[in-house]
Amino acid sequence: MPQDDNPPKPEPVPFFQRMLDNPFLLLFIGVVVPTVFYILWGIMEIATIPVAP
Amino acid sequence: MARFRVCPDAGFYFDKSAESLMKVNAVAGVVSLLVAGIMAVGVILTRWQEVHLLPADLFYQALTLHGINALIFWIIFFEIAILYFASSTLLRCRLAAPRWAWFGFLLMVIGAVMNNVAVFQGKSSVMMTSYAPMQAEPHFYLGLILFAVGALIGCFVFLGTLVLAKDDKTYEGSVPLVTFGALTACIIAVFTIASGAIILIPTYLWSIGYINHIDAEMYRLVWWGMGHSSQQINVAAHVSIWYLLAGILFGARPMSEKVSRGAFLLYILFLQLASAHHILVDPGISSEWKVFNTSYAMYLAVLASMIHGLTVPGSMEVAQRAKGLTKGLFEWLRKAPWSNPVFSGFFFSLIIFGFIGGITGVVMGTEQINLIIHNTIYVPAHFHATVAVGTTLAFMALTYLLIPVLFRRELFLPQIAKLQPYVFSAGMTLMILFMLGAGTLGVSRRHWDMDFTGAALSFEYPGTAYVMMAIAGIGGVLAIVGGAMYVIVTVGSLVLGKKLDASAGLLQSFGLSLSPGNYNVEIAEPLLMAPKLTVEEHGSAGFEAPGTFVLAMALLVCFVVYYFINWDYLASVWPLS
Repeated sequence: MPQDDNPPKPEPVPFFQRMLDNPFLLLFIGVVVPTVFYILWGIMEIATIPVAP
Repeated sequence: MARFRVCPDAGFYFDKSAESLMKVNAVAGVVSLLVAGIMAVGVILTRWQEVHLLPADLFYQALTLHGINALIFWIIFFEIAILYFASSTLLRCRLAAPRWAWFGFLLMVIGAVMNNVAVFQGKSSVMMTSYAPMQAEPHFYLGLILFAVGALIGCFVFLGTLVLAKDDKTYEGSVPLVTFGALTACIIAVFTIASGAIILIPTYLWSIGYINHIDAEMYRLVWWGMGHSSQQINVAAHVSIWYLLAGILFGARPMSEKVSRGAFLLYILFLQLASAHHILVDPGISSEWKVFNTSYAMYLAVLASMIHGLTVPGSMEVAQRAKGLTKGLFEWLRKAPWSNPVFSGFFFSLIIFGFIGGITGVVMGTEQINLIIHNTIYVPAHFHATVAVGTTLAFMALTYLLIPVLFRRELFLPQIAKLQPYVFSAGMTLMILFMLGAGTLGVSRRHWDMDFTGAALSFEYPGTAYVMMAIAGIGGVLAIVGGAMYVIVTVGSLVLGKKLDASAGLLQSFGLSLSPGNYNVEIAEPLLMAPKLTVEEHGSAGFEAPGTFVLAMALLVCFVVYYFINWDYLASVWPLS
């Protein structure tokens, strides 16, 4: 039986799945998003409250 | 060297180090729950105004101990056990850096004990939130910091184990969904602990005199980044357990892994932002911040919960229907194993979390209607639905599964175990519903005396509020009985339960490994990827879960009606005309 010279290429892994398969990327965005929108934005708001005369 | 034991009943691979660490973390969690439960007696019987058990100082001491032990120590100890289970056991991989894991556990124990000692000494009755400028003893904060550092080490051991599993090729394709859910919990935990470090380290320095001022508003903002996010770790963890238990009990598979993973991604991105609802009435923060963090970001996290709430029972229904339980809308549910506490605990956790915890959470996250119930006893009612039932009951259900599998003991008093989820859920539901009612009437949370005895400005709640708090008290006592049943079954099983392995002695129940002969697998067989379901391949396989769809519609109707009632109530208490 002749050997198949061109075995089927494995299906490429979709970008979204590659992202979900990368725990450290998820860790990064999971820490950055709340840090920016909740912590930093909130701190900026409090820090800019004018001091009572 | 052989390092794995294969559970003869469930087929799980247990790495020797991971197994011991899971046991000690779970046991430490149950001890914390016991302390929290004992303190709950004092709290609920004092809030029941006709009983009014404790004087003010003891009430606040009991409330502090109850809150911290239930919401932080019990939950996080148990979650670390889950992280090790979801990485090492489910991925059939050795645990990364077990010595670091033990060091982390040691820090957590020292921290939890130190914090409890501080509160028991009587000068740190600052409640879980410990709002500045209220000051506790330095070791109160130091205990929390040590505990958090230990938990952080646990998170990195989990991440390290994921890396090891990938390098060792212990699984094919992506990690299983349950492990992905645990990863979500781990990520939220890292943010939680970082927020805790940002605020608790300066607060500790303030308590020992190195810093002379902590800004109260800054404290509230950053503390809630920790305080509320710590409860979001729970959500991700217990949702993962729902998927696990549905799989084990019914052979159920998620209706769409892609959608479920997408929902976990929404948690990673947005769930922590729900912390903002605690700040909704704070004057120093703009409406833009409040509206973005609650009304936009939080709803995406709610969407994720609704997806999980649909797909978990939906997957169960599909699995049950495949076994021939196709009569009517709910035969699959009627003929579920209701006498198995693993199932009943899991299912009550899901229903009460969704119907009560979820709906009240959205109400609290809406800036306008939040005004009606902000800082009332409605808030603890909400988080008892999410954490005390949603999370705790899911963990209890998992415990009943793990006692034979992990600890190799039969359940002690199995009849009590069968009843336990019913008693606990009934008590909690009664307490929660009437606390929600009392909160809507304005009854404050964390308040020792509803009568305002001796206050300069008097205030009188309507009689209905007293009745509701009394019924909540009865429900609370019933829930405590349910909690005690859990502790009796759990501790009883570890000490007196029939051994399923000759070497499963007392010390093995509390962390030691079984006899060396049990660990006879050097390299676990790789975890193979299951074939895709039709529904995943083609997008739809018809209307496969009509009963679940009806349940989802019932939830939607409850939500719409309740949401409308709250807006209507807001209009009546605060007429704008």
